[in-house]
Amino acid sequence: MSENKTPQEKHYARLVDELTPNSRHLRGCVRAFWVGGLICTIGQLLTMLAQTLELGELTAPMFTSCALIFLGTTLTGIGVYDRIGKYAGAGSVVPITGFANSVAAPAIEFRREGMVLGLGAKLFQIAGPVLTYGISASIIVGVLYWAAKEWLL
Amino acid sequence: MEVFWDLLKAFVVGGLICVVGQVLIQTTKLTNARILVLFVTAGVFLTALGVYKPLVDFAGAGATVPLTGFGYSLAMGAIEAVNSYGILGALAGGVTRAAAGIAAAIFFGLINALIFKPRAKP
Repeated sequence: MSENKTPQEKHYARLVDELTPNSRHLRGCVRAFWVGGLICTIGQLLTMLAQTLELGELTAPMFTSCALIFLGTTLTGIGVYDRIGKYAGAGSVVPITGFANSVAAPAIEFRREGMVLGLGAKLFQIAGPVLTYGISASIIVGVLYWAAKEWLL
Repeated sequence: MEVFWDLLKAFVVGGLICVVGQVLIQTTKLTNARILVLFVTAGVFLTALGVYKPLVDFAGAGATVPLTGFGYSLAMGAIEAVNSYGILGALAGGVTRAAAGIAAAIFFGLINALIFKPRAKP
């Protein structure tokens, strides 16, 4: 088949190869953009709600993240978040609802392996590394900031 | 009108941060878990460099809802606790500030797993 192709056909096939993944990438980015943006907009609405409830500057973001986490785990439980994830890719992974999903999904899945080493342990399958590196990084930053304050100022 | 702009800023900035993640997934085949770890640590260090705070002031939830915002809470907590408690604040501050989110994820995750049955992957 392929050896019978005219140069034009070969050129066309190469063009198709070059263009198809690009448009797929673009589509993935557009989906990630609007779904991720929408989740952040919901977060902004929740923050505004928190402000009308007169929560403080520190408690308002706390309220927002807890509400979004509740949303994320619940949507995971009823099986909706997996579908959003298939559609939106990083748009569903990067917001904090994606973190909630990464906690809830393995917890549900591994419950059959027991309450302690199944549910309890696998709950941290992805959240564990996130907390390990996130908290460690914050400690490094805190120590560097302390050192800079002690010796430079 | 003010409200509309705040929502639009959150939408655009939050969307763009997710696009960064999507580009990383598509070009490097990073798994979701690595993306999560990368974004939280990036958030911590961007906050330490002073880049992320202006973004949070500008975009509100657009910057705090993505996981870089979780890193922002950790780093701001550590820095503020160093100001009030000295070196031990570096250990206590980050988790203190992010405690509600972490606890919520664990608790809601647990309750969910108790209520809902595992289902076949779509």
